[in-house]
Amino acid sequence: MSLFFKVAKYLAREKPLSAKESTRVEYGKTLAKLGEEYPDIVVLDADLSGSTQTKHFAQVFKDRFFNMGIAEQDLMGTAAGLALGGKIPFASTFAMFATGRAWEQIRQTIAYGNLNVKIVASHGGVTVGEDGGSHQALEDLALMRILPNMVVLVPADGPETRAMTRWAAAYQGPVYMRTGRLALPVIYDDSYRFELGRGSVLRLGGDVTLMGLGVMVHACLEAADLLAGAGIAARVVNLSCLKPLDWELVVACARETGAVVTAEEHMVAGALGSAVSEILSEHYPVPVKRIGLRDTFGISGKPELLLKHFGLTAADVAAAARQVIARK
Amino acid sequence: MENQVAAQLTLPILDPGRLQELARQVRLDIVEMLYRSGSGHLGGSLSAADLLVALFFAEMRRQADNPCWPHRDRFILSKGHGAPALYAVLSRLGYFPREELATLRRFGSMLQGHPDSSCTPGVEIPTGSLGQGLSIANGLALAARLNRLNSRIFVLLGDGESQEGQIWEAAMSAAHYGLDNIMAIVDRNRLQIDGRTSEVMSLEPLAPKWQAFGWHTLEVDGHDIPQILEALKSCRGVTGKPSVIIAHTVKGKGVSVFEDKAKYHGVAPNDEEYQQALKELGAA
Repeated sequence: MSLFFKVAKYLAREKPLSAKESTRVEYGKTLAKLGEEYPDIVVLDADLSGSTQTKHFAQVFKDRFFNMGIAEQDLMGTAAGLALGGKIPFASTFAMFATGRAWEQIRQTIAYGNLNVKIVASHGGVTVGEDGGSHQALEDLALMRILPNMVVLVPADGPETRAMTRWAAAYQGPVYMRTGRLALPVIYDDSYRFELGRGSVLRLGGDVTLMGLGVMVHACLEAADLLAGAGIAARVVNLSCLKPLDWELVVACARETGAVVTAEEHMVAGALGSAVSEILSEHYPVPVKRIGLRDTFGISGKPELLLKHFGLTAADVAAAARQVIARK
Repeated sequence: MENQVAAQLTLPILDPGRLQELARQVRLDIVEMLYRSGSGHLGGSLSAADLLVALFFAEMRRQADNPCWPHRDRFILSKGHGAPALYAVLSRLGYFPREELATLRRFGSMLQGHPDSSCTPGVEIPTGSLGQGLSIANGLALAARLNRLNSRIFVLLGDGESQEGQIWEAAMSAAHYGLDNIMAIVDRNRLQIDGRTSEVMSLEPLAPKWQAFGWHTLEVDGHDIPQILEALKSCRGVTGKPSVIIAHTVKGKGVSVFEDKAKYHGVAPNDEEYQQALKELGAA
């Protein structure tokens, strides 16, 4: 079973590396490498190539990079046309503008047409920081998850970003991947291979399952440490493939641990918390607590302060774990 | 390579008389389809009939028996509600059996209310939500350039549709990237659902807008087939910039009761109107 395979692989790892990597930076570097391997890859950006890191590709493959200016609707439409013409377009901008401003273009053309467009959007979540509420996408995953044909990915570290970017280039169909600004600790080693529709167990435990996405996978791992100090064995799962979600793993964890916490840097409505709750309410109801933002917009501040302000820390995850365990 | 391409081409029909006759038949198809389905967009389908016939029968490089021929010219119906006109033309070109026209908008039909490429041979991409086709055409034009294909990309825009901001984003992009393989046509029928474009949201001066955006811009009578053919031909030699033809048309063209009336934007003919239309369009 793949669950066992992935657990075994993770547990066999050496001590975690101390180096930190940002998912957007690793995306940019990987894309530039893939440009050599895939002559059909083209990259589009909307005047944010420095922030999204598509600049690395742009510098090397000048005739395969198209800056569309500050025009996200046109960005998505042009990417769709390039896919229709046999190219493999990667379209990047901030998550808010990619999925918000151009949602209907994505819906009507890319998803409805089932086109081979890869939308890789940076600056997801409150860890965007100082730019504030206008630039912190807290709805992007919900907006993409609801679309037929769309695959939705949120890498949790550098190796996973590299694996997902490489996977997306080879996959035929629309993909949305959210990257972030923060440098994150490295979880996986470079042998990590992404599998569509599969989550991975990062830590074994039988009392509760902490299911995380992106930045919050790290909060879940820290929370498991905190809980271990109190004699609670928390299982930690990275559900980086939000759609299609690994429902077998979700149900197995609910059955084996009897309580679930979901944690995401997103509204609690529409993304991981919703997806897990939907599956469990239909297939295996257990106490669930969703960590995320509740009916609010972001604000300016240092990422660490914002995570604390919005209840997205390891301590918050650990407290939620205690609550669901008490409700068993 | 080009010789091989030429040998495979479906030969164009250049005789204006034959094209006019085809346009008359396409109009009859449109009226028949809408009457049978009980719904659909009449006015904007009839206004575009001559333009589509000129494009598909005389101008575009294609192979009737091979809709996915890689060297084909591409067509995007950005004003997707004109689907009946496109379906009528595609059926007459042999992309699918003519009997399918009678199934327009029905459950299980290959002819969806608005174009859907997963259902209909000859349709390149789903359209229907206005304002998006020119961006898609630009992407196709960039891909053709990278793939070193001589394909040209034709896109039919509505005039009301040009109120969408994305049209002008795309107009900027096509000029910025010098996409001389783009050929846009605006069906300037001067009406939209709520009334005259001049009353709902003014578009004029329209030709100067396109010129100011860096496009080679022409204006024609969109029901005069020789004029349309001449304009299309003259755009073939334009290099370094995209071309647009503003085609002045009459919404509902061909049937007096439908002509220039906003009310017939999105309704099917009733029994009386249907009989009148058959008579005016010279049904046998």
